[in-house]
Amino acid sequence: MQHDEVIWQVIGHKHCSYRTKTVTQNFCRNEYNVTGLCNRSSCPLANSRYSTIKEIDGTLYLYMKSIERSHSPKDLWERVKLPRNYAKALETVDKHLKFWPKFLVHKNKQRLTKMTQYLIRMRKLALKVKPKLMTMPAKQVQREARREAKAEVAAVLDRSIEKELLQRLKSGTYGDIYNFPMKEYEKVLDMESMEAADEEEEEEEGEEEEEEEPEVEYVEGYEMEDEEDEIEDIATELKERYTESSESDSDDEEEIPQRRVVGRKGVIPSKREADDVAIKAEAAKRRKRRGHVEIEYEEEQENQSSRV
Amino acid sequence: MGKRQREEEQAFEQEEREADAHAGVILPSQIRNKCKRSEAYAKVKQEKKKIKKQKIKQRDAAEKEALELGEVPPPRKIPRTIENTREEDETLAQPDDEELQAEEGADEFSNYFKHDITPKVLLTTSQANSVPTRKFCQDLLTVIPNCFYYKRGTYNLKQIVKYAINREFTSIIVINENRKEPNGMLVVNLPEGPTAHFKLSSVVLSKSIKGHGKATRHQPELILNNFTTRLGHRVGRMFASLFPQDPNFRGRRAVTFHNQRDFIFFRHHRYIFESKEIKEKKEKLNKVDPKKAKEKKKQPKEEVIARLQECGPRFTLKMMSLQHGTFDSKYGEYEWIHKPDMDTSRRRFFL
Repeated sequence: MQHDEVIWQVIGHKHCSYRTKTVTQNFCRNEYNVTGLCNRSSCPLANSRYSTIKEIDGTLYLYMKSIERSHSPKDLWERVKLPRNYAKALETVDKHLKFWPKFLVHKNKQRLTKMTQYLIRMRKLALKVKPKLMTMPAKQVQREARREAKAEVAAVLDRSIEKELLQRLKSGTYGDIYNFPMKEYEKVLDMESMEAADEEEEEEEGEEEEEEEPEVEYVEGYEMEDEEDEIEDIATELKERYTESSESDSDDEEEIPQRRVVGRKGVIPSKREADDVAIKAEAAKRRKRRGHVEIEYEEEQENQSSRV
Repeated sequence: MGKRQREEEQAFEQEEREADAHAGVILPSQIRNKCKRSEAYAKVKQEKKKIKKQKIKQRDAAEKEALELGEVPPPRKIPRTIENTREEDETLAQPDDEELQAEEGADEFSNYFKHDITPKVLLTTSQANSVPTRKFCQDLLTVIPNCFYYKRGTYNLKQIVKYAINREFTSIIVINENRKEPNGMLVVNLPEGPTAHFKLSSVVLSKSIKGHGKATRHQPELILNNFTTRLGHRVGRMFASLFPQDPNFRGRRAVTFHNQRDFIFFRHHRYIFESKEIKEKKEKLNKVDPKKAKEKKKQPKEEVIARLQECGPRFTLKMMSLQHGTFDSKYGEYEWIHKPDMDTSRRRFFL
């Protein structure tokens, strides 16, 4: 039995579970409500002849119910799919609601307009790129910060950078931009001390070999002619460099070519002469700190100098 | 069995015995009264400290004795650090790995290293950006040569990628921000990727670094430290591809990416090499000739040192993901992505 007035008496004036009360107005939560307001004319329960528009997965349907089907709730609503074109949809609404109350026709058309607009907006938004929001759990953030601080301490950044730069300098990445005559300078000093030591030790070589620490190896080298040649070569090379670097302000140029010849022939010059060379090379260093000197030296010797 | 090994074993056994002896004793943690508990704990702590001091003393004494006798002192024990107890990683790159070399010779970055392309970088921010982020970008501009800042506007990243490819940019850097602080960095290599997303933290701008220097416009040299695994190599090459491969050494500028425990520390320095006198240590061996010692004293030894001045900015990166191809958060294929279950061990590192 469908008695609209009776129903409205109950739900309109007493209690309706779809009603939401606000200070100014009452709203209806029933999904079939065409306006969303709670009043007699737009109540989907208290009107046996009612129509509304619903959206299901992006398509709009016109829903109509009439009193003739009220006895079977299963077939209560008649559903018509509305075309996507807004104008055609309006036409369809008009066609189906031809003899219906003007109120319902008007409200349905209003609802259709609103829904088409929100569908358009939805589609647009879906195409738009939105940044993905990530969570930042406080525990993880704190843990990371802690680990980062510890890693920074472990990295010893300044020292590791300095080390890397020095290594590059040593491996010759910087070419001849820098010239630290340090090594060569030390080398010359070493040679000097070698000479001094050599003179002393010439008589008592054999015994000292076992006791003495690294220095002995130098001495051994001097016994053989080839190695002496090598050292001589170094000396001459030094000499050459020296002449090259100080060509502009050289005062004793006459002597030098002779010695160069001597060196090349492989004749062993006296100790004194070698000494001379070394001292002069050193002098050249002092005069021209940044003069470039290239010397080949053996790794063993290097090790020794670093160890002593 | 080696002598040392035996000794260690003995020490271990002794410790065990001690532990057994302690079994009957109540531990401080078992005392319920807090006052007493903390007292007991303080005592235990003090004792431990004492033992440690004693051990150090013994070690030093043994060393000294050995030196006096002219023996080689026992080798010092190497402390266990997270670095040297790192979990083994089978992708650790070996220096003579031909496969890796071949791979690197043909990857997306190889053209940079063959000097075929000079890098050109587009720098931009997230869509909503604020002053700190833009200031950070300003600082970055001083670091990376051939880098251009573009206002982000409302363009999305895919549009920017297309734009940059058309303009022949080789990389894009996007600085992301959260609560008006830069917190993320996206590096996109163009035109074929890869794309790396980093978490950005502890940003210090140049201006707030005490005694900072001003960088010259020379092309900096790069220092990439500790990128050991294959993934690390790839990331390192990615960073290298942001900078020109022909540094001007006269500029004495160094840009460092130092990887430590998967945190990549960025630093920017000016440096100088100087020679410095080193104080001679006392001769350890008594057998040195007094004459020689005298000579050595006369000429102070010199040593080359590198001195640094920081130019800034400084920041830390942590890689969150590495994506194949250019930026595509929806359908992109990830080469590597950080997952929470990777954090289960503090000795496991990926770079």
